[in-house]
Amino acid sequence: MTASIPAAERQPGKLRIGMYWASSCGGCDISLLEIAEHLLELIEVADVVLWPCVADFKYRTVADYPDGYIDVCLFNGGVRSSEQEEIARLVRRKSRTLAAYGACAMDGGIPALANLKSTGEIYDAVYHSNPTLYNPGKTEPVERWSTPQGDLTLPRLYPQVLRLADVVHVDYQIPGCPPVGAQVWKVLQAVAAGEVPARADAVRVGCDNRSVCDECHREKRKTRVKEFKRPHLAIPEPNWCLLEQGFVCLGAATRSGCGALCTKAEITCRGCYGASGLAADQGTAMLSALGSVIDATTEDRAREIVDGIADPTGTFYRFSLASSTLKARR
Amino acid sequence: MTDTDIVTRPDETAKPGAWEPRIIAFLCYWCSYTGADNAGTARLKYPANIDIIRVMCSGRIDPDLIMTAFAKGADGVMVCGCHIGDCHYIAGNHKTMARMPMVARVLGDFGIEPERFVHEWVSAAEGDKFARLVRQVTEQVRQAGPLNWPARMRQRGVGHGQDLHPWGEEA
Repeated sequence: MTASIPAAERQPGKLRIGMYWASSCGGCDISLLEIAEHLLELIEVADVVLWPCVADFKYRTVADYPDGYIDVCLFNGGVRSSEQEEIARLVRRKSRTLAAYGACAMDGGIPALANLKSTGEIYDAVYHSNPTLYNPGKTEPVERWSTPQGDLTLPRLYPQVLRLADVVHVDYQIPGCPPVGAQVWKVLQAVAAGEVPARADAVRVGCDNRSVCDECHREKRKTRVKEFKRPHLAIPEPNWCLLEQGFVCLGAATRSGCGALCTKAEITCRGCYGASGLAADQGTAMLSALGSVIDATTEDRAREIVDGIADPTGTFYRFSLASSTLKARR
Repeated sequence: MTDTDIVTRPDETAKPGAWEPRIIAFLCYWCSYTGADNAGTARLKYPANIDIIRVMCSGRIDPDLIMTAFAKGADGVMVCGCHIGDCHYIAGNHKTMARMPMVARVLGDFGIEPERFVHEWVSAAEGDKFARLVRQVTEQVRQAGPLNWPARMRQRGVGHGQDLHPWGEEA
């Protein structure tokens, strides 16, 4: 559909790249530095025209660019406020190619776990009931405040975290929390070489199509799970599949491309690369896979085993709640 | 089912005020679907609020199908399969029995009440149990009221990026 609309003519001059952050932690901005010495090669062929994390770019500066001025804009973070939506629309207009960079922009990421709570519950936790708070006046932020000097405004908080693709058309998606440096460099090289079409329909790049299990070095012994263990309460046996040992490892439901970094470090896959090739919904894909590895022949025993999983929703949808089939709590 | 039954089947065009619960039932081919058939053969009456989807085994019911049913507007979902020990594929329903308690917990976290999701074993001979179950589920979903998931998500702005021109203007 929208991908068939041709991109604007490329403006003459060096390649112009941008990076913007919305509802994110800043880790994605840092991950761009993970390309290390290649950064020098990158700035030989490209100019940075937007990157609020490292230099002072005013929104006005970006608004004054001609449409399609930025060749590739990497957008990290989901959309949770009216300000973030406004800038998403602005950079979309100013970019020939817009990529959702990282798990938050692509799938909502960790911030989207707040989609399981209402705005009221979030305000209560942040401004009132948190034990480390001192807020005797019960102060809460408001969108508009009148002072003698004029009205002050704040962006509006949306009822849930949206993906970048929920508010603007996205050409490419680069998964990861954060994306792995080597993959990012491969993508940037392809961009610099002019091998990447400007327009696409949310095509995933910087990853493979299979699951993390395909990249994992751990041995499968074809055993079934008798009991689920929490990672901070047990030490895994090296080189043996973590899921078979009873740790909830999301490798089976997660897209490959990271090189199985976590399972190499004895840590379960958290699922940051999003749903693997064929699965639409990462959480239910994982739930489904878990149902097949339980060692039980009676209903009571099966329930006992799966009840041992603490917080299934938060675990299965750790990075992908905004992309899930249901998307948010009612 | 009479013509009137078909015409009055609940759908999206139903007028407000005339809301009828819409329940999607996933039934396994070998036991539960035959059980539902048994209910029909025995001329047992149950409400026309369920839409039956036949699958080969309850183990084939990907939990995402349940989520999708709710996300597309179902007010309730039923999952029925062979009793444990009766599976035509020996252990297909063993997967179901491990998955469904997790599905119920996840649905609870999404704010979908337990009355809206029912998982029960129905054998080929249990037509009366099936009819009773449908009556009971229809009633409890009616009590819970309309779920209306698609409208809720549209209201919150999910997905309108799909309709946009790449430059940001409305398509």
